[in-house]
Amino acid sequence: MSQIEIQLGGLGGQGVVLAGMTLGRGLALYEELHVSLTQSFGPEARGSACNVQIIAARAPIFYPYLERPDILVTLSQGAFRRFAPGLKDGGLLLFEEELVKAEPLPNGVRAYGVPATRLAEELGRKMVMNMVVLGFFTAVTGLLRPESARRAVSESVPRGTEALNLAAFEKGYTCGLERLTAGTREGIRVCSSPISGRS
Amino acid sequence: MKADPIGVLTGTHFFDGDHACCEGALAAGCRFAAGYPITPSTEIVERFAQRAPLVGGMFLQMEDELAASIAIQGAVWAGAKAFTVTSGPGFSLMMEHIGFAAMTETPCVIVNVQRGGPSTGLPTLPGQADMMQARWGSHGDYELIALAPSSPQECFDLTIHAFNLAEQYRVPVLVMMDECVGHMTEKVVIPPASEIEVAPRRYTRLPRGEYVPFHAGPDGVPEMVRAGEGYRIHVTGMTHDEQGFPAPTVEAQQKLVQRLVEKIRRNAEAIVRYEETGVEDAEVVVVAYGITARVARRAVELARQQGVRAGLLRPVVVWPFPENRIAELARRVRAFVVAEMNLGQIALEVERCSAGNAPTVLVPHGGGAVHHPEEILEVILAQARTEEVLR
Repeated sequence: MSQIEIQLGGLGGQGVVLAGMTLGRGLALYEELHVSLTQSFGPEARGSACNVQIIAARAPIFYPYLERPDILVTLSQGAFRRFAPGLKDGGLLLFEEELVKAEPLPNGVRAYGVPATRLAEELGRKMVMNMVVLGFFTAVTGLLRPESARRAVSESVPRGTEALNLAAFEKGYTCGLERLTAGTREGIRVCSSPISGRS
Repeated sequence: MKADPIGVLTGTHFFDGDHACCEGALAAGCRFAAGYPITPSTEIVERFAQRAPLVGGMFLQMEDELAASIAIQGAVWAGAKAFTVTSGPGFSLMMEHIGFAAMTETPCVIVNVQRGGPSTGLPTLPGQADMMQARWGSHGDYELIALAPSSPQECFDLTIHAFNLAEQYRVPVLVMMDECVGHMTEKVVIPPASEIEVAPRRYTRLPRGEYVPFHAGPDGVPEMVRAGEGYRIHVTGMTHDEQGFPAPTVEAQQKLVQRLVEKIRRNAEAIVRYEETGVEDAEVVVVAYGITARVARRAVELARQQGVRAGLLRPVVVWPFPENRIAELARRVRAFVVAEMNLGQIALEVERCSAGNAPTVLVPHGGGAVHHPEEILEVILAQARTEEVLR
């Protein structure tokens, strides 16, 4: 696999773009990968469909848009409905399990749900749900080292909120590790792809 | 001269093209921006407005693009390096003052993050259909310089280059970005200030009595003065003599306009900049700029994998156009394939420069999205095949 395509979709206001920017930053700056991030969103400030596309590769990226994502993260039912059919065969789906009913699941797709909103609420701020998702992503995919992701989180979130966001990241990360061991070990396959090179 | 470290955010960043462009301006020494917000260029001045107070700069939000594009010129004559940013409809409104900058030889930078047009068009989606407007949009005869970055890193690098060229030739320099490059986020490396070359303003050393404001040196470029040092100058958009005073005569017009044009045409070889990939042995050469050049690079790669000798010529400086290089290649390549996010602009230029020695085939795109590499690949392959049959 010379490049990996990641898509994050949800609603404006859920922090999809910030999660994507943080992930992209971790991959581009601390995993030494070539990364192109593009985003699309509606004119509304909140509530419109929004999605982030990330391509990470060992070689320079010429075409910056993804064709069929290897990994899809959906935080809303609308995003699942719209993007899940585009997932690559054998792709990986991560979803907010209390907001998204991941059905029907495309053939060959492995899916992992995370109760991200509830975990964020345990920290007292629903808003950091996106960082819970990022922690979950880091654990399940193994695409970037947790320390790379943590560094990206600290640098991406508003000053003064680092501790809260990092706590959210840890909640998601722990949950991801638990779900990986509890379920099929298949998720590890993504970690051992040549793109990560660090498993 | 090296960059002033105060404006240089040295480090490795994850920036979109808009933010990288802003940092390029600051690194180049720009301390004044005026603008009227318009998607997809707004983030550039939004960042500038936040950063300016930290570096001793100033941002003014103006009532419209006419005001923004003339406010920067006031700032330049007062001694600052200045720029404005816009898109589509705003670029159209700035045309009058781009001509004023050309006529008054005001070194300034105008960034156009191109979106789909005409009119309001596609505010949040990319286009490359302002390339001829960039060259010919203002009335009268003049020359300017236009650059086309194809990555956030280049949005940083080429914005610095734009400021340097503006100072060196005293022309408005246009940075022709597009929505895709402007909103795409990638790694951007900002080197230490000691590694960034910036062109200082060309100030005269002549004393007050001897200085003639619009008397040009051997390269066709006159020197400026520092405001407040007691030089008396007159700057006008009217045809003027070397003193800068209106001279509405045929002779003055011929002399002035000829110099304005020739200071770029005669120095074109020094200004032109392009990047070539696999052109040495190419039978089909793709010409593309900005984001489309990256997509075309992928198409060229795919063509090579299929055994077709394809190459890519990417004008980094689009105006002045690399006409000598195109003319040279036209004598030995089978065809030029021009991919651009418009219905045929730079293709006309390639066709003109190839002077009938090689056909030019356009891969048009109406805008709103970039080409898919396959669309360009198909045309490359068709050209390679057509020529084989003919032989």
